[in-house]
Amino acid sequence: MSDRPIIRVQHVVKSFGKVTAVDDVSFDVQAGEIFAFLGPNGAGKTTTIKMLTTLLRPTSGSLELDGLDPATHQTEVRRRFGVVFQDPSLDSELTAWENMDIHGVLYHVPRQVRRERCEALLRMFELWERRDDLVKTFSGGMKRRLEIARGLLHTPKVLFLDEPTLGLDPQSRNQMWTHVRRLNQSEHVTVFLTTHYMDEADRVADRIAVIDHGRIVATGSSAELKAQTGTDSLEAAFLALTGTTIRDESATAADQMRQVVRVWRR
Amino acid sequence: MAVIIVLWLREVKKYLRSRVQIVASLGTPLMYLGVLGFGLGPVFQRAGEGSYLQFMAPGVIGMTVLFTAMFSGIAMLWDRQFGFLKETLVAPVPRLAIMIGRTLGGATVAVLQGTLIFFVTLIAGFRPVSIFAVPLAFLVIALIAVIFSALATAIGSGLKEMQGFQMVMNFLVLPIFFLSGAIYPLEGLPRVLAAFTRVDPLTYGVDGVRGLLTGRTHFGVALDVLVLLSVGVLFVALGAWRFSKIEA
Repeated sequence: MSDRPIIRVQHVVKSFGKVTAVDDVSFDVQAGEIFAFLGPNGAGKTTTIKMLTTLLRPTSGSLELDGLDPATHQTEVRRRFGVVFQDPSLDSELTAWENMDIHGVLYHVPRQVRRERCEALLRMFELWERRDDLVKTFSGGMKRRLEIARGLLHTPKVLFLDEPTLGLDPQSRNQMWTHVRRLNQSEHVTVFLTTHYMDEADRVADRIAVIDHGRIVATGSSAELKAQTGTDSLEAAFLALTGTTIRDESATAADQMRQVVRVWRR
Repeated sequence: MAVIIVLWLREVKKYLRSRVQIVASLGTPLMYLGVLGFGLGPVFQRAGEGSYLQFMAPGVIGMTVLFTAMFSGIAMLWDRQFGFLKETLVAPVPRLAIMIGRTLGGATVAVLQGTLIFFVTLIAGFRPVSIFAVPLAFLVIALIAVIFSALATAIGSGLKEMQGFQMVMNFLVLPIFFLSGAIYPLEGLPRVLAAFTRVDPLTYGVDGVRGLLTGRTHFGVALDVLVLLSVGVLFVALGAWRFSKIEA
């Protein structure tokens, strides 16, 4: 085991026009840990994930995944992570097996390995019996499980989960985290997740970074955060760190543009 | 290469599974063939132009290919909204391979749909002058399919909302169809209309198919194919460039 962190983010800033979504964020994630990004809506969680997964470039600062810069080594970085986005990204007109298989081809997993991994993962996520059914017939929880299984097919070093339990019932959430924990142990995959559910971060994560208004306000284990704020639950610690005001997600520049165009068209 | 094949196969599989959609998409061409074909037939005949069905069948095939290929643009919006696009965009493969796989898939579906309509026109009474010309005509049909599938990719890369596609349908796809000479002869047109028909790539597509299947051509099949090939190269390049610019 090397001491180099698998993810290193240093002084990263990302602005969209006048809006600064991520403001001078720095943190490290060690290989093998489960790291949670905890923050209210619009705090900059998804933007950070998009930068780490090569979909956005930072305005300034540096990012590293397994020692590589996602902006300049796109392909190498992409091979090293699996990602489950906030919005579903399955093809619902194809079967579970076909979704897995296409993923395997896109990530150059050799045919034989692909078959074995697909079967092992589908069994692990209890989807094997339904492998030949179209994804559109699946429940929300099954779709999520399939997405995680797919994200692991190419044995990534890091698995990004962006609000993976959004819209799931407590049973599915519970089951999902059991799976993630088990995977983290059996596959030694580093898990980077975002959530705004306190109990999930508390239960699953080894370390938590609390992010608000694009800035990291605290980092540490759940116990450390509680000690730091002198509170007895992570929820209380979270509110102590981020305040109690409710915030609306500010519209992105593109949304504003669209609004202008719509008015102008009338 | 495997990436191109698997994405191509995805489009074809989805097409073959959507039986309802296949039947539904036969509606418009059948309407043109049945109502226009038989409705305007007598007038066309009296004007000394021969059988209207014989004249417009290649046009209806061209229309089907155009509509189906442009619909692959909708499919891309769909993928964007329901996320599959992102799955391909973070994969460690060149964007060009993804674009080519998708575009060829869309084009193949358009050719399959065109084939279906070709058989429908045969049932309606259309008779190609020679059986040997049919495979050649299908090469031209394939060119039409690639051109408009690539154009759909180029446009779909920039669209983010479903409303945008409505605009494209009304201000691009319908004019392309109506200006193509699919339903009227290109001879003796008013000068302005004639000029417009000449910048429409589908004009050359329909003219080529018609030339091969019925022997009646305005520009000559050689010129048609030359124009289609050049537009094809241009549109594929445009589509690839636009697709490479997509940001998630």
